This record gives sequence, C-alpha cells and structure tokens, in this order.
Amino acid sequence: MSALYRLTVAETRLFLRDPVSVGFGVLFPAVLLLGLGAIPALREPAEEFGGATFVQSWAPAALALGLGILALQQIPVVVATYRERGILRRMSTTPVHPGAMLAAQLLVALGAAVVAGALVVASAWLLLDVPLPRQPLEFAVAFVVGFGALLAVGVLIAAVAPTLRLATGLSTLAYVGAMFTGGVFLPQFLLPDALVRISAYVPPGVQALLDTWSGVASTTAGASPPLMLQVGIMAVLAGVVGGAAATLFRWE
Amino acid sequence: MDIIEVTNLHKRYGATTAVDDVSFTVEAGEIFGILGPNGAGKTTTVECLTGLRAPDRGTLRVLGLDPGRDRGELRQRVGVQLQESRLPDRQTVGEAMELYRSFYRRPADGGRLLEMLGIADKRTTQYRKLSGGQKQRLAIALALVGSPEVAVLDELTTGLDPQARRDTWDLVEHVRDAGVTVVLVTHFMDEAERLCDRLAVIDSGRVTALDTPAGLVARVGAQQRVQFRPSVPVDERLLTDLPEVTDLRHHGQHVVVTGTGNLLQAVTSVLAVHHVVAHDLRVEQASLDDAFITLTGRRSV
Repeated sequence: MSALYRLTVAETRLFLRDPVSVGFGVLFPAVLLLGLGAIPALREPAEEFGGATFVQSWAPAALALGLGILALQQIPVVVATYRERGILRRMSTTPVHPGAMLAAQLLVALGAAVVAGALVVASAWLLLDVPLPRQPLEFAVAFVVGFGALLAVGVLIAAVAPTLRLATGLSTLAYVGAMFTGGVFLPQFLLPDALVRISAYVPPGVQALLDTWSGVASTTAGASPPLMLQVGIMAVLAGVVGGAAATLFRWE
Repeated sequence: MDIIEVTNLHKRYGATTAVDDVSFTVEAGEIFGILGPNGAGKTTTVECLTGLRAPDRGTLRVLGLDPGRDRGELRQRVGVQLQESRLPDRQTVGEAMELYRSFYRRPADGGRLLEMLGIADKRTTQYRKLSGGQKQRLAIALALVGSPEVAVLDELTTGLDPQARRDTWDLVEHVRDAGVTVVLVTHFMDEAERLCDRLAVIDSGRVTALDTPAGLVARVGAQQRVQFRPSVPVDERLLTDLPEVTDLRHHGQHVVVTGTGNLLQAVTSVLAVHHVVAHDLRVEQASLDDAFITLTGRRSV
C-alpha cells in the first residue's frame, strides 16, 4: 500500500477526532442554512434576489463559510503545528518525503469540503425547497476550483508564517476577508458595487457558485461576469498562489 | 569495519560557523558518542550525516553511501530520533507504528518493538496522553521501525526523570546488542560515560578529543582529590611543598588537596609526622566531567 494512501487514512482519522474541524468545517454550514431557513420570511421570494428567496441566494455563502474554515483555518494551523512540533522534520528522516503528508492533508480537506458541500446542497433541496444545482457540472467545477484557490491561500499562509501564532493570525485575517467579500456577513445586494465586482474573483468565488446553482444573476451590479472568466481567473489565482506557496514552503 | 566516515566536515549558516572541521569514524556495532556543550555543532553534524543538511565542505560516507546523493537508500537503512520532534496529539501509539512501518522496505515487527520498549500496553493511547518517558520510547521505536543498521539518537534523555533515563540507557544497550550501530548525541557526561564505547568531544565546531571515556579521563592526567578535616590547623606549606600536590583549597573546615601520583600516601604521611589526624577522609578520582571541563574549558551542564 502506498505511503500517500496510508497517510491519507491516518490524517482522515485525526481530522475526524478533532471536534472543532468536523463541527465548524463540515456540519456548521448546513446547520446554519437550515437555521436561517426556519425563519419563514427568508423563504419568501423577494425583489432583491431577482425573485429568489434569501435562503436560495445565501446558500453559496453558507458553503463558503465551511470551505473557508477548512482551507483558511484548518490547513494553515495544522501545517504550522506539524512544522512547529517537528512532525514534518521527523518525516524527512524516513524514506517518505514530508510533502506526502502535506498532500494527504489537502486530500482530507478536499474530502471534507465535498461532504460539507453535499450536506448544504442536500439539506437545502430536501428541507428548504431550494432546487438542486441547475448546472451540476459547472457547479462542481466552480466548487473544486474555488476551493482549490482557497487552499492555495491557506498553504501560502502556512508556508510564510514562521510560527503557529502568526499562522493563526494571518489565516483569521484571510478568513474574515474572504467571508466579507463572499457576502457571508452581509448579503451581496447590500455591498457596494465595486466590492461585488471584486468578490466574483475572490476565492472561493461565491458568485460562480450562485450562478451555477440557481441560474439567477442576483446582484444589483447588473449581469455577473461570464462564468468561464470567473472560474478561469480563480484557476490562475490558485496556480499562482499555490506555486508561490510551493516555492516559499519551509519544512522546518 | 568503519560504518561511518566523516572527513573535514564544514557547515556555516550565514556568518555563523556551526561546524568548522569535524572528522571521525564509527565502527560497526559500537555506541559512538558525540559530546559537547549546547551549540557546539553536534546536531548540525548528525543532520549532515543523515542527509538532512548538505555540508559546505568535507566528505561523508555512511554505510558506503553518500548522504547527499543516496538519500533514499540511506533513509531505508539509518533510523533517526531527532530532538524536539513530536507526533500529532490525537494519533495513537499503534497507528503511528503502523504508519511509519509502511514507509520502509523491511519493517520491524511493530508489536515486538513496542514490547521491547515497554509501551505495548499503550497501543491504543493517544500521543497527548503519554508521559515524557513514554513519548521518548515511542520516538526510539519509530527510529528503529525500519530495521536500521545505524540508529542516530539525538539528546535522548533530556527532560526525563532519573528512573526513565536509566531505563532508556538500558534500552540503548539492548539496541546495540541487537546489532545496530548507535550514534548518540548528548551533553550529559554520565550518559556518555555509561553508554559510549568511544566518543568525540566537539566544541565550537571542532573535535577537541576522540577516545574511549576512560582514555579521555586518563588524558586529563591521573588527577585525584583528597579531602579531609584536620584535627588541628595545618601549615599549608607542609602540603604544597610536596611534589605530588598541585593545588590546595579550604572548604570551610575541610582541606581539599589536588594532585597526581601517590597523592594519598604523600599527604597522610606528612600529616602523621606532624601528629594531625585526618577526619572524614575522602579520595576522588577524576571523572569524565573533569576531563570535559579541561578539554573545553567550561562546565557541561
């Protein structure tokens, strides 16, 4: 059995044993969406959302909340901890490169993100009458690319932060920034136009998730940019940031 | 047979020279100590040996391999326990063993290893719940899990209580008896004296001595100390005039005489001639500690 497979199994176990990452990263987005969906007014179609309900238009933001926890909180903190505690250093004395441990971490985060996404989509569909993504393939691509870009930022933070404390600080800053532009704190229609336009290109790309899910362009800033452009820019961002992270990464 | 050859190793970080000029060889089946004060360059030396760092100058051969070029093969055959390297909090002892076993071509029997290290009953215990001694044992187990021919153990007993230290020493001897060559990095004299067949004393990036522990002590000269409480005050010159005496000090009521040769005989006969009775008479041989201070000009711990 390959070392990467073994490491992924081991890291999955460790992830599942940590109540905080499971609770906030995987379960919280669906729970929060259901909580808001319990308020009848938020299930009424409204002008601001182009005839959709608040729940429907905010669902991608709930998803972004979980993705942000996984990519911008879990990953930088775990990687910084592994470096600070010499876990990566110990790995580097074995025949397996510590990069395999990092890869296993990313796989676990991706798996957790997929579960979190499935929970949000399924609970919105089953309990809140939000239709399943209208463009499932595009939705899946936007989801994976958007999460990839977030992960790249998370790994970059882990790469450059010399201590666990600094990694925690930087990742919280990045998290709040991503959540704000993603319309998690304030619905996008309340944000200034300029911010909304920028937010289409800020990971995880809430706009692209929304467009592919509902097919409704809901912002007051007019038509959202073409999906291909949003996803393409996100992919370039993931590549550039990920490349920088790989170059700057220190194993100890 | 020499298993490790280090010749004129040199490594600097920026403006600091960590290892200036280090050469030594390690024979198969011995426990070889690398001894020195903190910051002497011990850890850098073993990091170069295990291929974790590239030396700036000098040649290294470990099991006939070049640690820089043949890194993959070296890591299969050399087990390393580094200071300050822990495991994830929630990983159990058994899981860590199984994971690290899967990295090697010829993994050791994990269960037997844990038994030998006395932590077999901790298989399902999470790392965060282990005591310091148990963590250290697990670290040694992980260094041995690939059935290595050479084990490098860095600052093995730092932070352990006296009983755990003694147990760990027994363990290291056990490992050597099982045919593994051991390179032991330490700054504890008692540890080096008890365990090492030969040792290199490193100070400020250079080897200041390379010998057996007994050889190092002898090198400092057969220094002895005689301590006693005289029944009546003694004229110091009676003792300092003796050719055997090199130094005399007062410690409260006690007199401490340092010297060589037949020091005890010389001191007691002078005292007898002058009708002085020596109470609480004690004789001390020089220890590795004294040798170390003489060699490096400072205290070890």
